[in-house]
Amino acid sequence: GGAATGLVAARVPVLADHPLVRGPRFRRLKMGAGHRLDVKASGVFVLGIGHGNKLLTDLYNCHLTKVYTVGGLFGKATDDFSDTGNLVEKTTFDHITREKLERILAVIQGTNHKALLMHSNIDMKTQEAYELAVKGLIRPMGKSPPIITAIRCLQFTLPEFQLEIHCLHETQQYLRKIIHELGLELKSSAVCTQVRRTRDGVFTLDDALLRSQWNLQSVQNAIRDCQLRVETELEKTLG
Amino acid sequence: DWDDIPPPSALDKISEEEALQIIAEPLLPLQSSTLRDYVDHSETLAKLVHLGVDLSQVEKRQKAGQLLLTLDFEKDIRKILLFLKDVGVEDNQLGPFLTKNPYILAEDLEALETRVAYLKSKKFAKAEIAQMVSRAPYLLLFSVERLDNRLGFFKTELGLSVKKTKDLVIRLPRLLTGKLEPVKENLQVCQIELGFQRNEIQQIVFKTPKILTASKKRLKQTFDYLHNIMGIPHHMLTRFPQVFNSKLLRIKERHKFLTFLGRAQYDPAQPSYISLEQLVSLPDEVFCTEIAKASIQDFEKFLKTL
Repeated sequence: GGAATGLVAARVPVLADHPLVRGPRFRRLKMGAGHRLDVKASGVFVLGIGHGNKLLTDLYNCHLTKVYTVGGLFGKATDDFSDTGNLVEKTTFDHITREKLERILAVIQGTNHKALLMHSNIDMKTQEAYELAVKGLIRPMGKSPPIITAIRCLQFTLPEFQLEIHCLHETQQYLRKIIHELGLELKSSAVCTQVRRTRDGVFTLDDALLRSQWNLQSVQNAIRDCQLRVETELEKTLG
Repeated sequence: DWDDIPPPSALDKISEEEALQIIAEPLLPLQSSTLRDYVDHSETLAKLVHLGVDLSQVEKRQKAGQLLLTLDFEKDIRKILLFLKDVGVEDNQLGPFLTKNPYILAEDLEALETRVAYLKSKKFAKAEIAQMVSRAPYLLLFSVERLDNRLGFFKTELGLSVKKTKDLVIRLPRLLTGKLEPVKENLQVCQIELGFQRNEIQQIVFKTPKILTASKKRLKQTFDYLHNIMGIPHHMLTRFPQVFNSKLLRIKERHKFLTFLGRAQYDPAQPSYISLEQLVSLPDEVFCTEIAKASIQDFEKFLKTL
């Protein structure tokens, strides 16, 4: 018989693989966005890359609260509740005091707390409810209308004021409407001057990247810094 | 002759050695959407790649890939390359040039030479022509009539002298190759909506020709912020129109920071005046330490409150 003729596989560079022929190696990154932030608002906006998109969905299902700093201005009302909308009316505001404002905020907090319990589908008289309340886990785990879990006044210098609002299932426009309604409750009018998200679940302002930090290194660091927190939260809520 | 040895049949048995000698390469596809399939079998394409032409970009253009496949490097392409070198395009720019404008390879050499002669007749120097051609690769695809019309258009619309018009197109030659309607509209915006005088517009355009091709929306938004929010008067914007090329976000962030620190002072007649140039052209670190007199960390913290 004939001797075995050895065949050796060799890789030869071909021009078809040259970057000027093949084109860029990465053409698309799968990116997704977390909770919406409308055009007029600012603040923490969470994005996911690749596998992060699945984590975004999981985080969404944790129904974690978001925190906003909301600025208001007494003295006028507009059609879209913001300070850039069309003027609807002007009113006086000297009769407004911080105490009056805080009284209304307490009422808002009270009604929202009732809504929170109602939508969380928990019988408050059970041991289960007590344990969840202790862990801070009472919240609607499904769809619900916007719920405010905490609201307080940070600053008050007539006609300007600033609130901190903790909420769930909100839209920024809903928060602007609250400012508008506050104005009405205080027998005046108010417009919203700023909606700034300072926290979205486990992500805070400190984690957020500024425009000048939108580069690969910063993004990689940011992902790494949040990884453990995200895992812990998902473990805690979804098990 | 019946006694001759008949030719071997394809179905005859052959030895192992003979079998190994057979090289069976796949056929070149008759149709493809990418030049990758042909580049290893075409001297022309290979030479273009070695010149620096980005085939992955070229093949995306209308009929450009097809054009390259029909050309022969020695017969068709070489003479155009020599022409471009003669005009003054640098060797290492030939690849990028062809990537942007592969269609020049199909142009008639005489027509190209006529157009260069026309530019020389208009007293553009050789180095100036080289710069224009390199910066606006489509320039030489325009007929002499079209080039003439374009030069005339700018001279009339802007009211600049012949010398200044030429200087303008040397610095921004894509004015000659781009659409003219948007330029007319931008001039209208500057005059009617922004309220600049004709002589102010001439100065602005001469200092920053890019204004003619900028987006109208961006121009209006930037002007609105500079003039109505920051209070910068027209004559100061005319003196430093480069500010219109700056990102609006940068202007806003820096102005807001300066306002927060009580340093937003843009009137040269007052003390601690901050010029527009200092506001926009310095990098972040320098702006923070020299102009805002704060640390960059303070700036970043401030930005997160916006």
